[in-house]
Amino acid sequence: MDTAISISGLVKTFGSTRALDGLDLVVETGKVHGFLGPNGAGKTTTLRILLGLLRADAGQAAVLGGDPWTDAVELHRRLAYVPGDVELWPTLTGGEAIDLLARLRGGLDRARRDELLVRFDLDPTKKGRTYSKGNRQKVAIVAALASGAELLLLDEPTAGLDPLMEVVFQDVIRRLRAEGRSVLLSSHILAQVEKLADEISIIRLGRIVQTGTLAEMRHLTRTTVEALTAAPVTGLEALAGIHHLEAEDGRVRFAVDGEHLNAAIKHLSGFGIRGLTSHPPTLEELMLRHYGDELAETGDER
Amino acid sequence: MTNTATRERPPEVAPEREGALAGTRALIRFILRRDRIRLAVWIAAIAGSVVLFAASLPQYYTEASQRQARAELMENPGLRAIAGPGYGLDDYTFGAMIAQEFLSWTAIFVALMSFLLMVRHTRAEEETGRAELVRSAVVGRHAQTTAALTVVIAANLVIGLLVGLGLGSSGLDDVPMGSSLLFGAALASIGIVFAAVAAVTAQVNEHARGAAGLSGAVFAFFYLVRAAGDMREIGGGVLSWLSPIGWAQQTRVYVDDRWWPLLLSFALAVVLVVVALRLSARRDFAAGLVQPRRGSPTGSRLLSSPLGLAWRQHRTSVMWWGAAMLAFGLGYGALAGEVERYVADLSETVQEWLEEIGGETIIDSWLAVLALMVGVTVAVFAVLAVLRPKSEESAGRAEPVLATAVSRGRWLGSHLAVALGGSVLLLLLAGLGLGITASAALGDASVVPRLVGATLAYTPAVWLTVGVGVALFGLAPKATMLAWIVIAYAGFIGMFAELLGLPDWTMDLSPFGHVPLLPAVGMRWTPVVVLTLIAAALVAVGLAGFRRRDLTTTA
Repeated sequence: MDTAISISGLVKTFGSTRALDGLDLVVETGKVHGFLGPNGAGKTTTLRILLGLLRADAGQAAVLGGDPWTDAVELHRRLAYVPGDVELWPTLTGGEAIDLLARLRGGLDRARRDELLVRFDLDPTKKGRTYSKGNRQKVAIVAALASGAELLLLDEPTAGLDPLMEVVFQDVIRRLRAEGRSVLLSSHILAQVEKLADEISIIRLGRIVQTGTLAEMRHLTRTTVEALTAAPVTGLEALAGIHHLEAEDGRVRFAVDGEHLNAAIKHLSGFGIRGLTSHPPTLEELMLRHYGDELAETGDER
Repeated sequence: MTNTATRERPPEVAPEREGALAGTRALIRFILRRDRIRLAVWIAAIAGSVVLFAASLPQYYTEASQRQARAELMENPGLRAIAGPGYGLDDYTFGAMIAQEFLSWTAIFVALMSFLLMVRHTRAEEETGRAELVRSAVVGRHAQTTAALTVVIAANLVIGLLVGLGLGSSGLDDVPMGSSLLFGAALASIGIVFAAVAAVTAQVNEHARGAAGLSGAVFAFFYLVRAAGDMREIGGGVLSWLSPIGWAQQTRVYVDDRWWPLLLSFALAVVLVVVALRLSARRDFAAGLVQPRRGSPTGSRLLSSPLGLAWRQHRTSVMWWGAAMLAFGLGYGALAGEVERYVADLSETVQEWLEEIGGETIIDSWLAVLALMVGVTVAVFAVLAVLRPKSEESAGRAEPVLATAVSRGRWLGSHLAVALGGSVLLLLLAGLGLGITASAALGDASVVPRLVGATLAYTPAVWLTVGVGVALFGLAPKATMLAWIVIAYAGFIGMFAELLGLPDWTMDLSPFGHVPLLPAVGMRWTPVVVLTLIAAALVAVGLAGFRRRDLTTTA
């Protein structure tokens, strides 16, 4: 089987709100799939349908080859979930909550559990009500990552973690991918997805607006180039696909469409390049392409 | 974390003089605005019930000799433990009766109101982080505690005044206005002392629940101290004088009208408030003086199934309820030997009511009423237990469990198992308690199985209330709280239907009305079987509904 998750035409309404509006999504086995979108776009609703916690109004969803609603219990033995808002039992310690959730799933790898506790610097003897948001999240992350699940559904798993812990998290996720697990990683933290995801889907208003590898997406967008040259650059403005050109004695800065990058660099080399930096489009820029209309409406200056 | 001890404020905003109390007035107004309904309900409920209960006394005691029979009961140390030290028993006027029997249980409610409100406006605010916003404004370090104390003390004084005026103008014999105001003041003194106690516990414990629990434990301790003193001798012993509840009772209101014991309460409250303010100056914001306890780093074997989790969540409650039901049974069963003499002196209404129950003896009828009370009380536990899945779901704690290999039926079924099984256990304990002391008092060992049977007969009725709760949870989760209606109705009908002469069909609507009134009448199996079937059907409906519906999720 080569798809861990496949969704087509998924629709879910809450009263008059259409949370999912014909969503299509495919997560390949053994890949980390980034699920990007702003708050309220439908990421959590999608995950909850994949978990059988909510029932879709229309469309198909298959998780590990099964139906998420009717085969929920069987599927849950093979997947692990980290909710976006982790709530713990006030009187249970973190260690007890980890063991409980892992056992309810069908067992845990004790060595990995203990290793993760150390790596995430989590004290398992504190009661649930005394944990901060970040530590509650760590409890859920350890419980999920210490299991032998084939598929991980992670809903903004590091929203409350500090940057050091985020590095640990990324490291663990890479290891899981190396073991052949599949991951659906929902986030609005773009840098995180960028570092981990093999493929990315961008969701907006309950629909996927773009999907593909990061490279594919970047190809469709502009790269920012900054160069120091021996002689002042001329004639660049005549080339196709050049935007926001700024030049001042020996220094030039411009944005160029992916397909015209090669021509632009060739042109530059004629002036003796002494220094060159280029920035691939960030995911912010990718996202902004799809939210540009809203930003324009709200008068955002970016 | 740096402390705010040396913080400086612009003098024109908050003069140095009121530094630590800056903003108190605004906070008082804020508390009054936020809790205007809550405060009104507490005040009206406490003051109203005291006055109404007092006003209903002549209905039960038409003759002085009937009151005197009641006074003789107070020679039983067990009853003095529950009520008061026992003053004016030689001439048990309505006033003496109110002082002896009302003050102690009303004290429970004023203390409860006081410490819950205090914790709500101090530690709970800190714990949720809302106080951080408030304290970052021009608000002194002691302002929140002071504001909360001011409001709670005022609430107690209002209750005291209303109770005093209400009793004083009730027109009861031997209940003059002056004494009634002292009764109100004694009541208020208890509430004020426990507001001050909560001001201290809110400093000690990092969590609101812990602070409230600690206040409750302090109250229970002082209640037991005075109970021990009052049991030892009529009029109270040394231990009675070591408790603020004892001091209020030692005013001997309506008998000797002594105001001075309240000075002790006042002094204690002042000391406690000073201690609370000192403690709050020593600790960091949001920290407690006691480090929260650590727990096990790993889950025990118990924590490997949904049932284990459900039991873990309910077990403290089951244990407390179990102890309370056993104590209730033991306490009331011990009175079985004196019931006949006591009831013979009561007004005819009550006697007719007991006769209508149909027991061969008054004792049997009385025990049957106790069994009914046990049944309705256990149903309160059952509803609390069955509402747990709802709160788990709303709090977002059902989601991670249902995302594991646990089916919805198994998860809900685990809570149901505790609710259904726990109810049986509590009924059994209450029946055993009643049976043990009643059989001793009556010298008849066969009473034990009869009373255990009498309380267990309420199992199907209790289960039916559970069934209503589950059905609501499965089909209409937003209306789950309506599960309380069954109990509220049953309690009302059970206590008052016959007394008020309501038609029979009102009894038939309550599941508890169909349970045979053992041991006063014989066992009838049909209603018990029918109730069980209805309960089972409701449970099935609830489970099916929950399997079909979306999980209610936050955000």
